[in-house]
Amino acid sequence: MRHLLSTRDLTRDDAIGILDVAEDMADVASRSVPKLPTLRGRTVVNLFFEDSTRTRISFEAAAKRLSADVINFAAKGSSVSKGESLKDTAQTLAAMGVDAVVMRHPASGAPNVLASSDWVDAGVINAGDGTHEHPTQALLDAFTIRRRLHGDASRGKDLDGTSVTIVGDILHSRVARSNVWLLATLGARVHLVAPGTLMPVAIDGWPATTGHDLDEAIDAAPDVVMMLRIQAERMQDAFFPNAREYSRQWGLDDERLARLGAGSIVMHPGPMNRGLEISANAADSPRSTVREQVANGVSVRMAVLYLLLASDREALLK
Amino acid sequence: MTARTVLQSSDITRALTRISHEILESNHGGSDLVILGIPTRGAVLAERIASILDSIEPGSGQVGTLDVTMYRDDLGRNPTRTPRPTRIPSGGIDGKTVVLVDDVLYSGRTIRAALDALGDLGRPRAVRLAVLVDRGHRELPIRADFVGKNLPSSAAERVNVRVREVDGEEHVSIETPSPSEGQAR
Repeated sequence: MRHLLSTRDLTRDDAIGILDVAEDMADVASRSVPKLPTLRGRTVVNLFFEDSTRTRISFEAAAKRLSADVINFAAKGSSVSKGESLKDTAQTLAAMGVDAVVMRHPASGAPNVLASSDWVDAGVINAGDGTHEHPTQALLDAFTIRRRLHGDASRGKDLDGTSVTIVGDILHSRVARSNVWLLATLGARVHLVAPGTLMPVAIDGWPATTGHDLDEAIDAAPDVVMMLRIQAERMQDAFFPNAREYSRQWGLDDERLARLGAGSIVMHPGPMNRGLEISANAADSPRSTVREQVANGVSVRMAVLYLLLASDREALLK
Repeated sequence: MTARTVLQSSDITRALTRISHEILESNHGGSDLVILGIPTRGAVLAERIASILDSIEPGSGQVGTLDVTMYRDDLGRNPTRTPRPTRIPSGGIDGKTVVLVDDVLYSGRTIRAALDALGDLGRPRAVRLAVLVDRGHRELPIRADFVGKNLPSSAAERVNVRVREVDGEEHVSIETPSPSEGQAR
């Protein structure tokens, strides 16, 4: 693996391989010294052109647990605000000698531009680009589902037959896009629920079914309900009448929570708008995996960094 | 390429039985012993040693696996290695005598990595090393405490350990490649 830009490029074996390595990384966290020397001397730069709390901290924790050096770069307060181009920023980093670039950018496809350029020969990890993809989030979601389903016997398993319903702002969600591809690759059945205004127009070819009625979807007893954040910052138009209306129709409230099947789980990529797409009771219930998702995020990102950086990069470039 | 078998299945069983007795002898019994195998084949051998220990002194065969992938010094020179699970017995390793088990002792670098990995897991009272085959050519000041067979070899030769659980067959053989063929392990 040279870059991780999209979950669409991953085969089933690739994906299971990443999740299995993440299992080993998760074990590290419970040891007396939760740190591995594997990436000593490697430098990882977090290149964030867009705000983020958990993804950036998660990547930083993952890199540090593998003993890599971490440089944090936020566009605010850098030369980007003086008008520096992505190319110049990338070449500055290349001149400093970085081995991996973890990149978040408001423009869809920006990490692909960096990866296919010759500006920097580091591995590029997409940490969320516009409304395109967020592959490590999808991997950690798949990892979380697999652990809830199989526990300690997760290694080597896929998600065959698991039903996953993704609810909310599909239109703006890179998390949904990455999850649709990855979960389908792993054998899950994906169903998307959103108001008509928040459902992308061109989803022919997505390996998922769609609907507009959350109650109907919940009555179908899915194994996993994944609530998405309403991304107010990307909404220039009125996509729904008001927050209360949205919450009543497409929010996971206490009544819908109670109707979920006994073994089903509730996921949310965070940050949550409590009371809008998810009620406080749903977010804090034992079904909720929100905190597990955060913990698993570090393990999954360690796995990705390991697979990208630990091997002979010269051989990968050939 | 010519391969000759140096240990048959029965020889391997005898060697492991002897090693088990030597472990108990040097430890003055089976208390506080933890047997840790290095995947893949070392883990199989560790299981066998543990079951022999348990048959001699019931309750003495605490066994686990120790993956050293993340501690290797040659990761950057090779294609990606897939790590294997590490499983430590519930009692941990603090204050215990840990016996590391591997199939072949060669450069000593795997054992160096294993010692580093152990250091991150706890503080054993002592660490011992048991190997089925010691083929020489050490690159580090490391030696085995318990050896199944000393097998002087040239660096161009290849020593293959095959065990039933992994390979479906069981023997130790030594291959001498023709000059055009690749590197030994």
